[in-house]
Amino acid sequence: MTRGETRNLLKGLAFLSPWLVGFAVFMLLPIVLSMYYSLSDYNLLQPPAYIGAANYRALMHDGIFWKSLRVTMLYAAISLPAGLFISLGVAVLLNVSVRGQSIFRTIIFVPSLVPTIAAAILWKWMFNQRLGLINRALAPLLELLHKSGPPWLDQSSWVIPSLALMSIWSVGNTVIIYLAGLQDVPRELYEAAELDGAGKTQQLWHVTIPMISPVIFFNLVMAIIGILQVFDTPFMMTRGGPNRASYFYTYYLYDNAFTSLKMGYASAMAWIQLLLVLALTGIAFWSSKKWVYYQSK
Amino acid sequence: MTNRREKFWTKLATYMVLIVICALAIIPLFWMVSTSLKSDTQIVESPPRWLPDKLVWNNYRLAISSDWAHFPLWTRNTLIIAALAVIGTTFSSAIVAYGFAKIRFRGRGVLFALMLSTMMIPFPVLMVPLFSIFVWMGDHTPIQWLGTSKPLWAPCWFGSAFSIFLLRQFFITVPDELSEAARIDGCSEWGIFWRIMLPLSRPALSVVALFTFMWAWRDFLGPLIYLQRPTQYTLALGLQTLQSQHGSTPWNQLMAASVLVILPVLVLFFIAQKTFIEGIATTGLKG
Repeated sequence: MTRGETRNLLKGLAFLSPWLVGFAVFMLLPIVLSMYYSLSDYNLLQPPAYIGAANYRALMHDGIFWKSLRVTMLYAAISLPAGLFISLGVAVLLNVSVRGQSIFRTIIFVPSLVPTIAAAILWKWMFNQRLGLINRALAPLLELLHKSGPPWLDQSSWVIPSLALMSIWSVGNTVIIYLAGLQDVPRELYEAAELDGAGKTQQLWHVTIPMISPVIFFNLVMAIIGILQVFDTPFMMTRGGPNRASYFYTYYLYDNAFTSLKMGYASAMAWIQLLLVLALTGIAFWSSKKWVYYQSK
Repeated sequence: MTNRREKFWTKLATYMVLIVICALAIIPLFWMVSTSLKSDTQIVESPPRWLPDKLVWNNYRLAISSDWAHFPLWTRNTLIIAALAVIGTTFSSAIVAYGFAKIRFRGRGVLFALMLSTMMIPFPVLMVPLFSIFVWMGDHTPIQWLGTSKPLWAPCWFGSAFSIFLLRQFFITVPDELSEAARIDGCSEWGIFWRIMLPLSRPALSVVALFTFMWAWRDFLGPLIYLQRPTQYTLALGLQTLQSQHGSTPWNQLMAASVLVILPVLVLFFIAQKTFIEGIATTGLKG
């Protein structure tokens, strides 16, 4: 290295130093510690005692662990595709030039600003079986069918669809990201497609979707990472119930760590969660070669 | 002629669908405000009415002033944490982003990729060891960490990957000629960062500040783990105790409290709407 290069390296590292320190202390060290804890019996009061893979073996035979994984996957199966496609549809509509466009955009974005705790309280009230707005709005229809309103959060078969429904309410962020992608699609492409006789639907399939597929991919990866971490809403709204039907993966991890003080067990769960994130985003990246279209720059 | 008619109908259909979607988005919030101003008897009345008969502002007073709810204290705690998080994140992320954007050195690309990949690590994966690190630091240094708000804002002073990324994307668009000229005039690298880059980057800095504030305002899991006494709680955590442990809190008061928590965020949004939308848009595009 020349003297200039060395000087630049030192300068660069000096500017990076806050992050380098933060990365070492708040990221690397915890990950290494977490690995060690996951192989230990550790209750925070005594130092961790090495027990090999016992935590992982116990997890494989832990019915609640599998249950929490199933709950999370079921939620993902509903809210991930619904969220991705509904927000794409809404973004396409918001991209059509109509009068009042900016007002529509603002209104659709506002729910995603609502802090989780406020949204949780609000939707508990909306979902209330007897007094909630949803069942009261459905009342005339239900009367016609001679049925009572759905129990939403109060019954195990309804709770996950209810939480997924609520998550769709706050897709504003995703819509904005799609919208930015849509605005970047060159106008000439649509004009060329129109000259070739393509209708609106064909333009959507053959121009819009391929052109914004990188944005769809970005939103997909963010959604995968986000869904594996769902904790706040079930903790606030259902306490994981009824019958553990909304006992999400992260919720069980939290309970192991901070309710039962089984830090080693919780760390094993954390490592499995990390591997899950890596595996699922890995699959997404691998599949992206087949459906994501990158413009040559 | 048919083409124009077709256009008219598409436009009308778009309007209809947009209006329905907007109604679905806004009605829950409207219902929240409406419930917060209704009397105890009116919230259970059937059929429900959209607007309260008379506005019961007392719900707001009751929600704030009941003796086990420390609403003013929670607001103060949240504001202090948010302020420290915003200042720390914005300042430290800008320094690091400058290093990534404007200084050429060996290994920069690898470090940048490493930093981006940390964004994929979920917080729950880190929370157990982080907790034990803060316990350890409390035992081995004179500073108490657990049961204080320090674990919530101190890590912010070491840059956040997301903010560094956002600022770096902005910094690389600033032409090098400016800094070259300053360098020839004998300006130090820090001087270039401080006197040229930062003043030019006000829009990007405000995006980072806004997002960090929003994150701190709504953060729940962090405060839940680290804070122990109700007097230290943030608004999110306080409201959670309000709605779970005191099961008898009437819906109208809960809605009043929720409205109060949303209000500052909404005001901020309407003041800085453009900054907000552009910021979110960049996150998805330049990735």
